[in-house]
Parts: sequence; structure tokens; C-alpha cells
Amino acid sequence: MHPAPSVIFFTVFSGIGFGLLTFLGLGYPAVTGWTAFAFFVIAYLCAVGGLISSTFHLGHPERAMKAFTQWRSSWLSREGVCAVIALIVMALYGAGLVFFGQRWGLLGLIGAIFSLLTVFTTSMIYTQLKTIPRWNSPLTPVMFLSYSLAGGALLAGQVKWAMALIAISGVIQVVLWMQGDGALKSSGTTLATATSLGNRGSVRAFEPPHTGTNYLLREFAFVVGRKHSMKLRIISFVLMVVLPVLLLAAAPFSHGLALLAVISHVAGALASRWLFFAEAEHVVGLYYGKR
Amino acid sequence: MTTLPTSTDRKLGLVIDLDTCVGCHACVISCKGWNTENYGAPLADTDAYGSDPSGTFLNRVHSYEVQPEQGEAQLIHFPKSCLHCEDAPCVTVCPTGASYKRVEDGIVLVNESDCIGCGLCAWACPYGAREMDAVEKVMKKCTLCVDRIYNENLPEEDREPACVRTCPAGARHFGDFADPDSNVSKLTAERGGMDLMPEQGTKPVNKYLPPRPKDTLSEGAGDIDILAPYLEPVAQEASGFLGWLDKTLEKF
Repeated sequence: MHPAPSVIFFTVFSGIGFGLLTFLGLGYPAVTGWTAFAFFVIAYLCAVGGLISSTFHLGHPERAMKAFTQWRSSWLSREGVCAVIALIVMALYGAGLVFFGQRWGLLGLIGAIFSLLTVFTTSMIYTQLKTIPRWNSPLTPVMFLSYSLAGGALLAGQVKWAMALIAISGVIQVVLWMQGDGALKSSGTTLATATSLGNRGSVRAFEPPHTGTNYLLREFAFVVGRKHSMKLRIISFVLMVVLPVLLLAAAPFSHGLALLAVISHVAGALASRWLFFAEAEHVVGLYYGKR
Repeated sequence: MTTLPTSTDRKLGLVIDLDTCVGCHACVISCKGWNTENYGAPLADTDAYGSDPSGTFLNRVHSYEVQPEQGEAQLIHFPKSCLHCEDAPCVTVCPTGASYKRVEDGIVLVNESDCIGCGLCAWACPYGAREMDAVEKVMKKCTLCVDRIYNENLPEEDREPACVRTCPAGARHFGDFADPDSNVSKLTAERGGMDLMPEQGTKPVNKYLPPRPKDTLSEGAGDIDILAPYLEPVAQEASGFLGWLDKTLEKF
């Protein structure tokens, strides 16, 4: 799959933003006034900034409002609905903390639930696609949620939670990488089933429909980064998991080290999300003898 | 609505005969022509005369080589367009309701004025039947020439999809799969019509007819014609310089 920068930024930053909103909604850290204001500004910059960047890959962003209509069937539509509910509820909850010094616990809980639901619906957009076996796994939503909570805990300054959640998300990511490497093969879809000619002999793509490229090849048969995938996995894992945990574990705790941990974690998460797209094989590539 | 209808009154679709297709790409060109000049946004070409030409097509013809365990390899031309699946994953993923499957005839269409160009339906389609137009930024797909098949301004023989109308080999057939006595239902039953990627669970309406085994070059050559023995080459050995070379090299 073509790794569109707008979608990579969107999924990483909105994930972290909604993760932070989840922790704030549950009252961690218990802040009010200007401190709460600062936390909410960071959370909204990540969550809303991510959502806005996701509209950059649309062909007709001016029609984006129509995307709220099909929540009965479409995970993308459900994501939009959940995001708007989460942002409105958390804005009210945040106003209570910032302006009135009151913590409306029930509102915070509802906001936290919808924040997590937003991340879940985002992950289901990818998980639902049988055409991309690497994503079509129950671990994909688990991975997205663990990333979101780990990043959220990190930004919320919950050091112990952050260390544990970052480690958990790292383990899930490694399992997903290993499982994903065999996903296309175990999906059972091959050029033989794609052409339904498999029972006659071995099928080979002899000549493509066009001498040039096309939308399908640009979008689905992205193979540029795959030869470096192992190196990128290691880089991503070190930046996302190893460095932040070491920095957080370093006593005494300082804001400078925590900032470094955040930067390192986000850079690693961006690299891992780039791989999430670049390594994903769409079955349509089989028709072109590619994967 | 992007929920799928539980059933459709008719199931219009195509039968594509892989035994008959000669790979001439006429269906590709007639499709591009009709769908650029008629319903919806035209199918754009970018850099058409430059070094990196690319364009939107609703129908593409691949060619595959099939090598059986015994016998000669076979070249099979393979036209591919939207299969108008009964369980179309492209429809349910659409966030705006632009993609839909019609209850009256089962055709899968895109309402281009509702399409936000997110591309998710193309991700959901295993067959590569949907392409984002590079100029109009909306999703394009086969309409089964919905603006031809019901068009009373056209002569009756033209009221079928452009690809079917144009195929010089008669490899494409259009009809209603819900009617067991239709041309396409009979063809599918008699010739063993096949689904593409059945494991994806899309229940495609379009069917592909398998190619008949053709090449028997290595066996029974004498049975071709009673006159064939008279056509056997008379001199089997090489003569002249090649004959000398052959004999000389044999000595080593």
C-alpha cells in the first residue's frame, strides 16, 4: 500500500491525542485551571490536527460533511461520528476543569470511552479489509489501541503507566509484524484463485494490461521500502520502545528527559506506521504478478 | 445507503469466455470511449503523449500463461472489470453513501456528486475494479453501461454494454443471472462458469468461462488429417555445411 504521509500523521497523532484525552477524562493527571488548559490544548492539537491532516488525502474535502451519514455500515463514517462526540464531550469536561475547577467525572468517563472508540473505529477501517491480509487481523485494533494508550500515558505524565503500556505496545507490534509476514500466504488468495485458472496448471502473469503504470499499481503495489523493512523495524522499535522506557526509567525524573522520550516515541511510532502501510500487500497486486 | 440490499430483483452481469477472448483490447477501448463521452466524469488521461502516460480505465485485459503439469503452456487473455458482487465490500465501506447497489438490477454504482474521493472502496475491492480519476478526483467504476442498456434512444441491438457490443470474438455476454433461462445463466451452467477469488466471499455476479484445453502438439500428430503423412518432411538429416558440421562435431 502507498504510505500517504497525511494518513500516517493522522493515525499517529490523533491516536496519541485521543489517548491523552482518555487519561484526562479518567482524571489522570488530576489537574485544574491553567495546567488543565495546557494539557487539553496539547490533546486537541494532536487529535484535531490529525483529523484535519486526514482530509488532505481526500479528492473532494469540501464534501467531507457527507461522511457522517453512513454510520450504520461504514467504519470510516463511525470514526467521524465518534471523533466529533468525543471532542465535544471532552471540550465540556475540559471547560469544567479549566474555568470552574470542577471535575465532572461522568462526563469525563463518557469522553474517555468515546476517545477510545474513535481509535478503535480508526483501526477497524484497516482491520475490516479482507483484501489486505496483513491488516485483516484481530491484533490490528489491539495494536492501535495500545499505541494510543501508550502515547496518551506518556503525554499525561503517567510515568509508570507509560513504561508498561509502551512495553506492551512494543510486544504487540512485534507479534503483528511476525504474524503479518505470513498473512498473505495464509489468506489463501493467490494468482491461481484470482484468475480461477489454478486447477489447470501453474499461472504466471505474462503481460500486464498496459505498458505504463496506473492508479492500482501506484496505490496498492508499493514496494519501494520493503527491502529495508527489517532495518526500519529495528529503528522503529528502538525509538518507540527501548529509548523512551530507558529515559523514563532514568532516575531522577526530569522534564527534559521526558520530552526526549516523547520525541523518540513519536518518531518511532511514525516509522512503524509508515511500515504498516508500506509492507501491506493488497491482493490486487497478484493480478499484476506483484505483491 | 451503503448497506447492501438483501436481494435484488434482477442480477445483471457479464459472462466472459476465456476460451474465445483473443486479447484484442477492443472492449477496453470501447469502454473508455463510451464512458468518457457519456454518463459521469470523463475518464482522464494524464501525460498522454509524455514519458509517463497513465489513465483511468474501467476494464483492463491481462494476459496469463498457464503451464499444466503435462503438455503445452497456454496463453489466456483475461479481461477484468467490476463483477457487480452480491456481497460488494466496496459499497459497505463508503462513508458518504456515494457507493450503492441497485435493488432493481443489482448494478453497483457511484454517485459522483457524493463521492469525497477517500479511496477506501478501491482498497476494499479485491479485483482492482475501481480507479480514482486523477483529474476529477472521484471514484470511477464500470456502470454496466447503465446509460445504454435502458436507453430507448438507441437501436435495440445497441442496448447492451459497450464492451459486449464491440467484442469481435463474441467472448462477452450480457444478461440477467436471476433468470435461470437467460443466455448468461445457460452459458454459466453448461460451461462451468467460475468465480474469481471465491475465498474473499464477495459472491461476484460476473462469471468467467474456462478455456478449453487446446495444444496437443506433442501427441497424436498423425491424427490431424489423413493427408498429414504426405506433409512429413522428406529429408530428416541436415545437409550441406550444417550436415558436415553436424557429422564433424559428432566425432568429438
